[in-house]
Amino acid sequence: MLRIVSTTGASTPVKTCAQRVAQGVTTASNSRLRLGKLCHAVDTKNYTTLTVFTPTASGCRSFTSSASRRAAPDITLTVDGKEVTVPAGSALIQACEAAGSPIPRMCLVEVARSPKPVASCAMPAMPGAVVFTNTPLVHEAREGVMEFLLANHPLDCPICDQGGECDLQDQSMRYGSDRTRFHEIAGKRAVENKDLGPLVKTVMNRCIQCTRCVRFANEVAGVEELGTTGRGNYMQIGMYVEKVMDSELSGNIVDLCPVGALTSKPYAFHARPWELKNTESVDVMDAVGSNIRIDSRGTTVMRIQPRTNDDVNEEWISDKTRYSYDGLRFQRLDTPLIKQGDRFVPATWEEALEAVATGLKSSGAKGDEIKAIAGQHADTESLVALKDLVNRLGSDNLGLDSARNGAAPFHGVDIRSNYLFNSTIPGLDEADVILVVGTNPRHEAAVMNSRIRRSWIHTGLEVGLIGEKVDTAYGYEHLGEGAQAVLDFVAGKGEFAKKFNGAKKPMIIVGSAVAEHADGGATFKALSKFVQANKAKMLTPEWNGFNVLQRAASHAAAYDIGFVPSAKAAATQPKFVYLLGADEVEPSSLPRDAFVVYQGHHGDLGAQLADVVLPGFAYTEKGSTWVNTEGRTQLGRGAVSAPGASREDWKIIRAISEFAGNPLPYDDILALRDRMWEISPSLIRYGVTERTSPEVALAGLAPLGTKTKDVAVSGAAFKKPISNFYQTDPISRASVTMAQCTRSFVQGKDFGMSGSDKASQASFA
Amino acid sequence: MFILLQRRRSMSRIGARSLVDSNLELNSVEAAMLRACRASSSAPRASTNAVRQRGFATVQDTPVRRYGGLRDQDRIFTNAYCRHDHGIKGAKSRGDWHRTKDILLKGDNWIIQTIKDSGLRGRGGAGFPSGLKWSFMNKPNWQADKRPRYLVVNADEGEPGTCKDREIMRGDPHKLVEGCLVAGRAMNANAAYIYIRGEFYLEAQRVQQAIDEAYKEGLIGKNACGSGYDFDIYVHRGAGAYICGEETALIESIEGKQGKPRLKPPFPADVGLFGCPSTVANVETVAVAPTICRRGAPWFASFGRERNQGTKLFCISGHVNNPCVVEEEMSIPLKDLIEKHCGGVIGGWDNLLGIVPGGSSVPILPINKCSEVLMDYDSLKDAQSGLGTGAVIVMNKSTDVVAAIARFSKFYKHESCGQCTPCREGTTWMMNMMNRLVEGQAHQREIDMLLEITKQVEGRTICALGDAAAWPIQGLMRHFRPEVEARIAEFRKLNGPVMFGGKMLKDIDDRTLALPDNLGGNLVEDGDRYLKAPTPPPA
Repeated sequence: MLRIVSTTGASTPVKTCAQRVAQGVTTASNSRLRLGKLCHAVDTKNYTTLTVFTPTASGCRSFTSSASRRAAPDITLTVDGKEVTVPAGSALIQACEAAGSPIPRMCLVEVARSPKPVASCAMPAMPGAVVFTNTPLVHEAREGVMEFLLANHPLDCPICDQGGECDLQDQSMRYGSDRTRFHEIAGKRAVENKDLGPLVKTVMNRCIQCTRCVRFANEVAGVEELGTTGRGNYMQIGMYVEKVMDSELSGNIVDLCPVGALTSKPYAFHARPWELKNTESVDVMDAVGSNIRIDSRGTTVMRIQPRTNDDVNEEWISDKTRYSYDGLRFQRLDTPLIKQGDRFVPATWEEALEAVATGLKSSGAKGDEIKAIAGQHADTESLVALKDLVNRLGSDNLGLDSARNGAAPFHGVDIRSNYLFNSTIPGLDEADVILVVGTNPRHEAAVMNSRIRRSWIHTGLEVGLIGEKVDTAYGYEHLGEGAQAVLDFVAGKGEFAKKFNGAKKPMIIVGSAVAEHADGGATFKALSKFVQANKAKMLTPEWNGFNVLQRAASHAAAYDIGFVPSAKAAATQPKFVYLLGADEVEPSSLPRDAFVVYQGHHGDLGAQLADVVLPGFAYTEKGSTWVNTEGRTQLGRGAVSAPGASREDWKIIRAISEFAGNPLPYDDILALRDRMWEISPSLIRYGVTERTSPEVALAGLAPLGTKTKDVAVSGAAFKKPISNFYQTDPISRASVTMAQCTRSFVQGKDFGMSGSDKASQASFA
Repeated sequence: MFILLQRRRSMSRIGARSLVDSNLELNSVEAAMLRACRASSSAPRASTNAVRQRGFATVQDTPVRRYGGLRDQDRIFTNAYCRHDHGIKGAKSRGDWHRTKDILLKGDNWIIQTIKDSGLRGRGGAGFPSGLKWSFMNKPNWQADKRPRYLVVNADEGEPGTCKDREIMRGDPHKLVEGCLVAGRAMNANAAYIYIRGEFYLEAQRVQQAIDEAYKEGLIGKNACGSGYDFDIYVHRGAGAYICGEETALIESIEGKQGKPRLKPPFPADVGLFGCPSTVANVETVAVAPTICRRGAPWFASFGRERNQGTKLFCISGHVNNPCVVEEEMSIPLKDLIEKHCGGVIGGWDNLLGIVPGGSSVPILPINKCSEVLMDYDSLKDAQSGLGTGAVIVMNKSTDVVAAIARFSKFYKHESCGQCTPCREGTTWMMNMMNRLVEGQAHQREIDMLLEITKQVEGRTICALGDAAAWPIQGLMRHFRPEVEARIAEFRKLNGPVMFGGKMLKDIDDRTLALPDNLGGNLVEDGDRYLKAPTPPPA
């Protein structure tokens, strides 16, 4: 098999927020609701809230957008006696930080010749300004604002889940007065709690009305129903009517809330932050590879939080990433099982591995009759080990558990750029027209979808969609349901095709489901021809506009190592099937008499089909390599130990190889990673994406245009592969929280506190 | 009183037409007439004002000039009482739209220079020099900026006590429309938005009528007045929030957002309405501009003291015999204003308790200050108050001044937009404290605490609402503190000690438990002697 791994080009340059502002690119990341820094008043000031005037009326859809700033030379000013130079357009707060003077939420500072203290987060840095952050005036002003913030804030820190990681708590310790003067008999403000669904718990008395959540919901998540009613001290945050907050990014408002007004409902009263062990890892609920922090106590994952990575997830994660962790406690496989009659019997590892070896022998499987199918959560190490093992046993029959029974995908895997998100995730900010084919990015890559939405709001991005109509949280032109619309688009029919041809940085996003669709071949053929014909724009050294959006964490790595069947192998009826966490496999596709081994961490669909079940590790329990849809390799880390007798996945395969009499040549993880380096060096280059050079990318696309036979287009619609965002894999299917989300958001059933007189006290938790 | 009204009724007839165009090219007859009129208008003042005294020194004292007593022919708003036709016919008969084209053709620099020379300061309350403000729109090389430019007229007259813009829009809407055109020309604006307070239904109707009439006659719109200058005027009605009278909140409101003030910079002249250069000006400021241009800056500047020139509509309400809106010369003594136009304070001047001279936002003045202040920006500022909108609220001795200021506090609490923490929380806190002070249910020490809170709100917010909420309380404590203290003492005498926050010491359930010191329950005050432990029985 031909393997070309492009090593041309370095990683995409990382742009800082300030640079983006300076370049006049209005991105939400400059408006991103920075945690630690919040103005004494509202955050609105943290970013340039001014409506931009765009000469072309079509260019702007914003309700709040930012005035673009021209690039200008750096400016120098004095902060606390230190001279600092910051890019023009920086706020005073950035200058203060550059000078090493941290600014708290009450961002008031003193500026020479200014009669009153100045809000540093909103005031632009002026050349020659003399700023003081440590004067009596500043201290007094900060203490005063803090006193006001606390005036209507309940003193319930001991029972507040935010306790220990609360901005207000920290800053009142640092800047506040030591005792209160607020003793009014009129009392503190009391606000009714809102029911936002099973994920976000509200204690609205604690709200300090910073409106970060409202801004996040409106600008990033696309939930425009979250807003404020009332004025001044009567202002309330809510959904205007009694309604849950239906968004796959809703959990982020918990992080954003600087106080305990919005906290995590599943995590409520479970742990304190100082009890938790933090482990930096990578998410596997989709193929974005969001950077996460696993907070654990003992052997339990208590919660999952995002980790900032501006190139991948910025500082957001989806609700499935954040809340499906309780699924790690249920339905776990914790001991090897051997099927006897119609029931599974617990066994020792020795017995189980022996049973696998015997099964392999007794099934009489030879060559391609040995089949391995990998699931969504298979880590790269175990994929490599399994492929090596199966190849050593003389078989090429390797597949993924997605549709079409593990056949090789239409796009081929010989060239990396054929199946990766080549424009990279930050590239979404640069595209000016996007064609989405057969995917709903909102469900298949929720965090990436927010970038598209941001561009759509701020830059006048045009989106066209071919496939089932879906709610993407931004407007799009619907070009058709199936492959015929793709052919029409390629032929240049319709308004959108014209717009696309006129674009500077056009982008095509093909969903991974298209590769599994009957018309996938025709679609890829048409698109590859289109890209080749428009290579001047679509394929340049700076820009590759052809993207395949994977939806499973394991797929990019599986394609990287060539975890696909040869044509001959795909046609072979298997006698021995090895399921590596494969739970999406179609039961009827497995021959009745085949011997089936399931290795995985959850007793889900795949385990039911097995003759021997081998318990593996979940992603929170192992240090393993993940390749995201861009081809970015990231290292996950184990946070907790696995339950019972389960073992690390690649070690199980290594053990089987021994029992099968064909031991694999690596005994430890380092040797295995050496092997991965042999297969593809990109598998151990962490954190970066490698751009495929245009020549190689074209060479990859060319066969798609010629090789595939001209097949009649069936015309079947591209169905969205994910109908229920909250339950897509064994972990989220085992999660109680995700089941509640399904009830509440997908089935639209009332859940939680509405009609609170009927609900038990526990539902307030 | 009746005579006064009579006089005012007749003023419009003799008025402006003959005086109008001093600064435009005049024919000799008109010029001669004007000179005559000017001479007549200044002569009596000279003769009455100069009080001559003989002294030993040979140097003569400069004559003391007395202000006030604006003559009818010097009035700008000649239909402020709606006695005449407010439509275009009546307006033209009063001199509006007379040779507006010539004003427009004089160009932006000329208009701005005229306004600067006239000494006009913003009539909305802050008193920023208007000519200077308008000139910010014409930065060097402004033509290179292709954005549209807007004049925004602030007709959201919400300041309690103020009712001057209402009279202009009812009676003289064409002055406003013409003013928009002239001011718009000065700042090279493409359009004007008049943001009218939602409650002003009739006013909005009249302004709209005036706009429609002006469009019909070609006075505005394409090629306004035949000057080759295009100018549109739109009316936008607000929904009644006080904060929408703040210029950036007003802009937000026109844009369809919640009326929450923006931080400045950038100032509206850079990034204003719809992100374009804009200037927000008060109705009165805009409406006087055409008259100033016609009659000349020196005429306007001849009224009032240096840096406070011009005429001004004063709205006098409260305990006066004849509450009214009246156009008067700036720098008129407050006492004169009330005696001359309002028939004096009810019960006589000595029955006066205090006056809020510029709308609810400015501190109250006690009677001794009221007798000496002049109604202009600087004099009132020196008296630690402000001219504000010129809304004079008179309170005589029947007033419960603490309750009055507490009511102001309630107003500001209700109208705070909630964007800035100090204002949002501070106004509520101040209102709660003021409500207690009305009864006296507070601790003496809380007066100083209240003052400290006002200082923590003042100057810590985006807009001036926080300041406006703080100042009346500061004014009250500055001049009426003994009254407040007396109430506290009285309440304490009747009900026993009060702790901080208004809680009664007697309401503490278990007196055997130690009371934290920061509640104020352990502080003994004068007059608490009856609380002392009973003298031990004789042995």
